[in-house]
Amino acid sequence: MSEKIDGNEQKSEETRIGVFICDCGSNIAGHLDCKAVTEYAANLPGVVYAKENLYTCSESGIGEIQDAIKTHKLSRVVVASCSPRTHQPLFQSSCGHAGMNPYLFEMVNIRDQCSWVHMEERDMATLKAKDLVRMGVAKARSLEPQQDMESPLTHRVLVIGGGVAGLSATEALADMGLDVVIVEKEQAFGGILKGLHRIGPEGKKAAECLSELIQKATTKSNVTVYHGSEVEAVGGYIGNYDITIRSAEEEAVQEKVGCIVVATGAVPFQPDGLFCYDGEGVITQMELEAQLLSGQTIPKRVVMIQCVGARFPEREYCSRICCMIAVKNALFIKRQDPDVEIEILYRDMQMYGTEKERMLNDARGSGIRFDVYDPDQPPEVVDGLVRFYQPLMGQTRELPCDLVVLSTPLVAREDTVRLSQLMRIPVDKNQFFLEAHAKLRPLDFATDGIFVCGSARYPATVVEAQSQGLGVASRVATILFKDKLITSALVAEIDPETCVGCLGCLDMCPYGAIDYIPEKAICRVNTILCKGCGCCAATCPSESASLRGFKPQQLLAQIRAV
Amino acid sequence: MSQQFNPKMIAFACNWCAYSAADLAGVSRFQYPPNVRIIRVMCSGRINPNFILKAFEMGADGVLVAG
Repeated sequence: MSEKIDGNEQKSEETRIGVFICDCGSNIAGHLDCKAVTEYAANLPGVVYAKENLYTCSESGIGEIQDAIKTHKLSRVVVASCSPRTHQPLFQSSCGHAGMNPYLFEMVNIRDQCSWVHMEERDMATLKAKDLVRMGVAKARSLEPQQDMESPLTHRVLVIGGGVAGLSATEALADMGLDVVIVEKEQAFGGILKGLHRIGPEGKKAAECLSELIQKATTKSNVTVYHGSEVEAVGGYIGNYDITIRSAEEEAVQEKVGCIVVATGAVPFQPDGLFCYDGEGVITQMELEAQLLSGQTIPKRVVMIQCVGARFPEREYCSRICCMIAVKNALFIKRQDPDVEIEILYRDMQMYGTEKERMLNDARGSGIRFDVYDPDQPPEVVDGLVRFYQPLMGQTRELPCDLVVLSTPLVAREDTVRLSQLMRIPVDKNQFFLEAHAKLRPLDFATDGIFVCGSARYPATVVEAQSQGLGVASRVATILFKDKLITSALVAEIDPETCVGCLGCLDMCPYGAIDYIPEKAICRVNTILCKGCGCCAATCPSESASLRGFKPQQLLAQIRAV
Repeated sequence: MSQQFNPKMIAFACNWCAYSAADLAGVSRFQYPPNVRIIRVMCSGRINPNFILKAFEMGADGVLVAG
């Protein structure tokens, strides 16, 4: 069994450990002897109370822990049940509510990593559970109380980009009472929406929609607007970002914000050299929008070609909104003038959702023709004619036409890489910004306090960009609606007395959380940036760097108790 | 105890990947020999050689650092 580690633990207080062994119904008790494990735990050094629960995480189980903390004056609690990845926060905060320092809680995994993986070996599983509990108790004995860390928050948000997503986020944040700084690169707000004619599926005028958005977002007293400006430098960290904003004419401005919203959007791909694109007889959907906007008459025979510059080896992704744009424009033209013949050549129609599906149905019903083409034999645009191979019929067809419209994808902006380096946020292989998790954290970056919405992340419709903007606003609110930023105390620390400033930890830190203080010739941990990986502690030759909760004596206690 | 060699294994597992994988093995009911003891760390980068040597010194027959 474990011996004393370094002699100076448990001086001031008597260590009184309570151990709770969970049956998890039959999940644990069905495959190992929980009673024997509980009896074993009761006799481990420092343990004054051991209890078997049917379900430790149930209300009654939690109640038993909290009662025991009070009646048995427990200073540390060990729960042997499922995984700390799922249940540690619950148990830890419950202990905290009962008056124990939550950092003196330790969890032992005897379900996911014991009973469930040794279902046919009851004796060996019981033995392993005892070992694991002994290791947990040994670690609990060497744990140290900690306090959650508090740091100040700047209740101000930076929104980069004044398109639909950025304006929606700005409006929502300002309505919540937060100060917003919105930076738009161009002189006018709106991004792509500026050049659009109408918005699907209802066909509302884009200009009306935009002026409404701008009005709502930028005229509030708590919104500071920077036109024709770019973010030049970003320093600091969540709660306290220092931003430098530069415009062409004026001096650089400094702003201090707590969170950053990236809503920089994307740009339509220019199909130079593809399908005889010339901007006159062969145009893009964006150029068609401009023609519709100016009220230009559309010629009688129109062919639209989908997936131009998309879904081929160099640009594999589907921009997913171009099908909807083509159908929307075709429908509008057809309704204005039913004599116009429109043929849409596609590879696959991406019309997701009931509204877009209805648009497609309406389009087919109104006489717009759809024909599939083979990407290996793409359509050819020759003078006044589109020739294409129809794979289903096995025939080559020729469509006389007066106007060819190419549907091109949205692609990432050129300065995406510069911004990603500025804020240390990742981009995917297509240079779109990459969220922390596609399903669980779609609007967050892995970097705390920075969020993404709209086409900067992936091509989005107006409705999607709006809802993502609202979503981001509520993500920001979860941070900035608190008085202070509260973070876990389980981060690294460097002992200034023993650090010799060798800089070994500086390069190892994956989060850039260590600074060198030249005056003192030592390194120091920025506890807000630190994610508690402990790479510095593993590197430090003088053992000055250590990771709270995983200090050598705590890990060694576990190793010794195996 | 039987005379058969029953190695004692210590595994240092990263909370975010290897430890999660060990949980997933449990959820999937994969069965594996019961002679490994997993020690959770927040990152396998936390493990410096001293811990591995210490584990061997304390009687481990094998040490796995997974992350």
